[in-house]
Amino acid sequence: MLNIIVCVKAVPDPNDADKLKIDPVTKSLPRSDISLVINPLDSHALEAALEIKRNDDAHITILCMGPPPAGNIVKECLALGADKGILLSDPAFAGADAFATAYTLAKAIEKNGAVDLIFCGMASSDGATEWVGPEIATFLNMPVVTMVNEIVENAGDEWIVKADYEHGYRKVKIKLPAVLTVTRNLNQPKALSFSGILKARKKEIITWDLKDLGVPVENVGLKGSPTIVTEMTRLESRREVEILEGSLQEKVDRLIKILKNSGVVNV
Amino acid sequence: MSKIKTQVFVMAEQAGGRIRPVSLQIVGKARHLADQLDSKVGAILLGQNVTERAQELIAAGANSVYLGDSDSLHPYQAELYTEIIVNLLLEHRPEIFLLGSTFMGRELAPLIAAKLKTGLTAHCIDLLIDNEGILEQKIPAYGGMITIICPEKRPQMATVAEGVFLNPELDSTNIGDIIPIDLPEKFPLRVQTLEIVVEKPEGVSLETASVIVAGGAGAEDQDGWQQIAKLAEVLNAGFGSTRPAVDEGWTELETMIGQSGKMVSPELYIGVGLSGELQHMVGIVGAKVMIAINNDAKAPVFEQVDYGIVEDCRTFVPALVETLKKSND
Ligand SMILES: Cc1cc2nc3c(=O)[nH]c(=O)nc-3n(C[C@H](O)[C@H](O)[C@H](O)COP(=O)(O)OP(=O)(O)OC[C@H]3O[C@@H](n4cnc5c(N)ncnc54)[C@H](O)[C@@H]3O)c2cc1C
Repeated sequence: MLNIIVCVKAVPDPNDADKLKIDPVTKSLPRSDISLVINPLDSHALEAALEIKRNDDAHITILCMGPPPAGNIVKECLALGADKGILLSDPAFAGADAFATAYTLAKAIEKNGAVDLIFCGMASSDGATEWVGPEIATFLNMPVVTMVNEIVENAGDEWIVKADYEHGYRKVKIKLPAVLTVTRNLNQPKALSFSGILKARKKEIITWDLKDLGVPVENVGLKGSPTIVTEMTRLESRREVEILEGSLQEKVDRLIKILKNSGVVNV
Repeated sequence: MSKIKTQVFVMAEQAGGRIRPVSLQIVGKARHLADQLDSKVGAILLGQNVTERAQELIAAGANSVYLGDSDSLHPYQAELYTEIIVNLLLEHRPEIFLLGSTFMGRELAPLIAAKLKTGLTAHCIDLLIDNEGILEQKIPAYGGMITIICPEKRPQMATVAEGVFLNPELDSTNIGDIIPIDLPEKFPLRVQTLEIVVEKPEGVSLETASVIVAGGAGAEDQDGWQQIAKLAEVLNAGFGSTRPAVDEGWTELETMIGQSGKMVSPELYIGVGLSGELQHMVGIVGAKVMIAINNDAKAPVFEQVDYGIVEDCRTFVPALVETLKKSND
């Protein structure tokens, strides 16, 4: 049986992005109740695991670090077909950068036991660092391929995958156990089903805090983060805009004049 | 002779036997940072038949090039490269280590940072030295700019996309050292690049285009997207995108402009159906004329362009394309 871990992040709902703007006066982020959704790329990571499970004997564990409401995201993953959920939640974990996040996730993976494959989205929509997957791999001394867009062969413990590369792709052979970070081109995540939601009720979600992981408090969260944010500034606009007036066709004609005057288009 | 305390290191990436432009750009930036720190620039160059290229890095401002030239270094192998670079960084203890935000750089950077237990900032759009000699790493976020530092751990690591920094002047009279690297003993690779396939890119390349049309979520669907594509075609422009357009599957990630995508410097930029989020707008560097088409007069993009058109792009763009076609005939 393949033991698969999918690392999932609960991210602010992009529809609430407006609430997440630097306050011009305090120069910090306003605290507000922003709803959380599954990081879109992580749903492709989960789908990659589910695809394996459809054809093979596999057990899928969802691993998510976040505040208690992130438990809903774990539940959603169980309803989509994962077998078990682990929520890493502790005030001490807050403020973690990619390094401290990867460290904490790696410790939880070690505690959880045998693992053959770890899937992560290639990046998160709010941090977008792309570092967590490969850093987990380093902490667990596993090989990694980042930005996987196709699984070519997955028989046995040597897989062949394709990954994004400049103007083309990279074909890579990787020995399991391994970490793969995935792009949105890998697959098409499926929608929640009612029966999935029913089945998820019986599935287990474990919550682990700092004590459960047994790691020193100075290794996690803000304290365990080598990088810190020191300053936030709001950018002021730099251009004086002219809004074109008139009917649609008048605007079209005026725009074509502007294009001509730019000297770089042949119209 | 005073001993050099600090150094700025750069990963110099090559492809097809040529140094990537982003690597020359960050060598140029590293030179600048090193001058402020009164220190030296070291560039790491790995590959096969790359020895001749080392001089180019010196011309761009490197004091030393650490050179690994071997068939085992082609194509890129993550484990081998990580091992070599980590060893070099442990030996020379640079203050700063910069990589290009290429696919290789984005994979190697976290592997190296985690091994060295240091911090790493993604896709910076500016790098400065503060009063205490610490590297300030600027990235756009939350409608503004944030500064990230790595106060204690070394090296301070960051990735930078192509086009963020200017191409440096190459001075072939510069003098520097080319230092061959002792390659590690062969070890079995658990992850092995079998091949790297380059497919010929279609259309006008974004990096060199003098006109760029970029489309966003406002295209609404594939049809709307194709209309914007036609506009790019009649203007013979590069066709760029925002993240939602990529998420919707209308276009490929390679066309995304912005902090985590391409940095472009056209003379003329036309943004269609996009809101003007900073993460996208920082990708457009030094455009002379900027134009936006958006149906919401309050869209932030209108504060960042020279000409604004408040219209539904799904009616305006086809009308524009029609008129352009007529005047072309
Ligand atoms: C760390 C990080 C990195 C990121 N990196 C990037 C990056 O590199 N590149 C990038 O693009 N994004 C990036 N993003 C995402 C970015 O923050 C924005 O979400 C994105 O740029 C918004 O794209 P958009 O303007 O197309 O969509 P929206 O913000 O949804 O805007 C759509 C606009 O279209 C207008 N519109 C709607 N319908 C019509 C119509 N029919 N006609 C005309 N106008 C219409 C609306 O008024 C609106 O202004 C990043 C985000 C994060 C957190």
